[in-house]
This record gives sequence, structure tokens and C-alpha cells, in this order.
Amino acid sequence: MTFRPEHDLHKRRFSRNLGLGLTLAAFVALVFALTVVKVQRGEPMQGFDHTYSPAMLPKEEKTP
Amino acid sequence: MSDTTAYHGATATPHEPGFGDYVQLLKPRVMSLVVFTALVGLLVAPVALHPVEAFAAILFVALGAGASGALNMWWDADIDAVMQRTARRPVPAGKVQAGEALAVGLALSGISVVMLGLATNLMAAALLAFTIFFYAVVYSMWLKRTTPQNIVIGGAAGAFPPMIGWVCATGSVSVEACLMFGLIFMWTPPHFWALALFMKEDYHKAGVPMLTVTHGRQATRLHILVYTLLLVPVALGAALTSIGGPLTLAVAVALNVWFVIGAWRIWTRDETVAEADRYAAEKAFFRFSLLYLFLHFAAFLVEAALKSAGIGGW
Repeated sequence: MTFRPEHDLHKRRFSRNLGLGLTLAAFVALVFALTVVKVQRGEPMQGFDHTYSPAMLPKEEKTP
Repeated sequence: MSDTTAYHGATATPHEPGFGDYVQLLKPRVMSLVVFTALVGLLVAPVALHPVEAFAAILFVALGAGASGALNMWWDADIDAVMQRTARRPVPAGKVQAGEALAVGLALSGISVVMLGLATNLMAAALLAFTIFFYAVVYSMWLKRTTPQNIVIGGAAGAFPPMIGWVCATGSVSVEACLMFGLIFMWTPPHFWALALFMKEDYHKAGVPMLTVTHGRQATRLHILVYTLLLVPVALGAALTSIGGPLTLAVAVALNVWFVIGAWRIWTRDETVAEADRYAAEKAFFRFSLLYLFLHFAAFLVEAALKSAGIGGW
């Protein structure tokens, strides 16, 4: 079997696939970075887990 | 696969596009202006975004602008093929099929609007969606082929990016954002009419009702002068708001004096004189108009930097 020189068509397809691949990778990285920023800046959250948690109760104001 | 014989069959289209052809669909040169003006709008706003959010915001505004460019190329493929200036665009050149341009435009429109909304706020996303709609539908599909005021009203699409940048940061529209919008909006007609004066055959051949075609070249020269004069208070007004300062005002005065002189020169010439020097004044005005907009927005940016150092602003 002989190897033929690469056709121009292959080059264009490769450039398209490479470009799309890099674009998608960059998009994933950007969404991840955005998520990290948004989560870090959000208020601390704690969900109800069916157990009594005194720490979640609002603090009562002490009267003098 | 190294054997190319299999690719000469039915699966291969004669002009299979490369990645660069799709990038060209997004009008990268227009995109660079959008990136710059949106970035200035975002950076001069009184609220600072996290750098990642700011990067994402600018990226998705640019992507939205690119999407509207692709939709414009899909719709205008027939007249782009006729005009010398646009004949080498991917669709008229046969590199990308019109349907593909439509698909790319719609997909990127959706992605850019949703992602801008998630990255910043819903108001910015709504403005971006409206900008894409305005450029693709109001300008490209409706105004461009029906009225000589196409450039005047359609110019709004190019004027939104700094406002979107501002809204990304602050979440609301203010007088500063409106004046940055107004600056580009009023600048667009003289910029494109100067181009139409020396690219005279293009619009005529394509049947696009530019002012030069419908009202004549002398009327276009007058319109350039009038719109340039109307631009002056907007430009000076922007320099007097919170995004301006002494430096911005000085730059605005200098740029507007020079711009008005250029418009005056165009108005006082007729076609015989213009043809004799191959439209030297019109070409110089067009080139300066690009510098005019760049320097105005650069001045806002420098003023903001000076202000943060405690020496700029009013």
C-alpha cells in the first residue's frame, strides 16, 4: 500500500475539526471558571436534612 | 486515513470550508470594533466586574455580533456577490453554503444571549438579543433594501455594544451609556456615506438604495456635513458626564473640530473636483472617521484609569 500526499480537503477538514475542538475546550474551561467565580461569591448555603440544627436558627436579640 | 481516493466521491463538496471560512462569517473586523467599544463601556462603568465575568461578557457580546454578521451574510449573499467590496465573503465566494451561514448565525445567537445572561444579567442578555434582531431583521432584511435611511437607523445595531458593556457591569441603562450609544449612532451615517461616495459603483450595481443612489451625490455631501455637526454635541456631552474629564473633553474638541473641517471640505467639493483627485478628501475623511471613534473611546478608557489614580475625571 502506498501513501498518497495529503489532499487539500484533508487539511481543511483537519482545520475545522481542530478549530471546533479547541473552541469547545475553551468553552468548557470558561463555563467552569464562571461557575467557580459565581459559587465563591454566593452566600453560604445549608439545606434542611431532617435533623435538628440549632446553628441554623435565627439568633435572638438579647434584651438588657 | 492517508488514502484520498475515498474522498473524491459523493461525500465531498467541491468547496469544503475550513475553520477560517467560518470565522470569516463572523466579520472579525467588525467584531474587533465591537470588542473594543463594549470593553470600554464595561470598564468605565462605576461597578467593577470580576475579571472572569468581564472576559466572558466581552466574549459573548463579540459572539453575538459575529452571529448577526453570519445572519447578515446569509440574507445578503445575492447583493454581496455583486459588490466588489463584499464579493470575497465566504457565502458569495462559494466557500460556505448560505444554509450553513444561517445555522451558524442562529446557533451562535442563542449561545451568546443565554451565556451573557448567565455570566452577567438578564438586561444585558435582552439588549444583546435585541441588537442581533435589529441588525439581522430590522437592518438587513427590512431597511437596507428599502430606504436611503438604512444606514441612519441601522447604525443603532453597531451602537449598542458599549451600552451592553455598561449594563453588564451595572445592570441598568444610564445617561453615560446612552451618550456612548449616541456617539456611535451619530457617527455611523457620515462614516458610511463617505465610503459610498468613493465606492460609487458598488451600491448602484447591487441596487441598494444608499443616499448616493436615491438622492444624488451632492445631497449626500450635505447630509455628511449635517450629521457631523449633529454629532458634535453628543461627543462633547459624553465628555461632560461622569465618564469624561478634562482630557476627554480636550480630545473630543480636537477630534470634532477636525471631523467638521473634513465634512466641510467634502460639502464644498463637487464630483468634478473629487474625481480629479480620486476622492482624496472623501477617503481621508473615511480613514479619519475610524480614528475618531477609536480615540474617543480610548479617551474614556484613559480617563477612567486616571480617575482610579485620583487625577482624572470631573
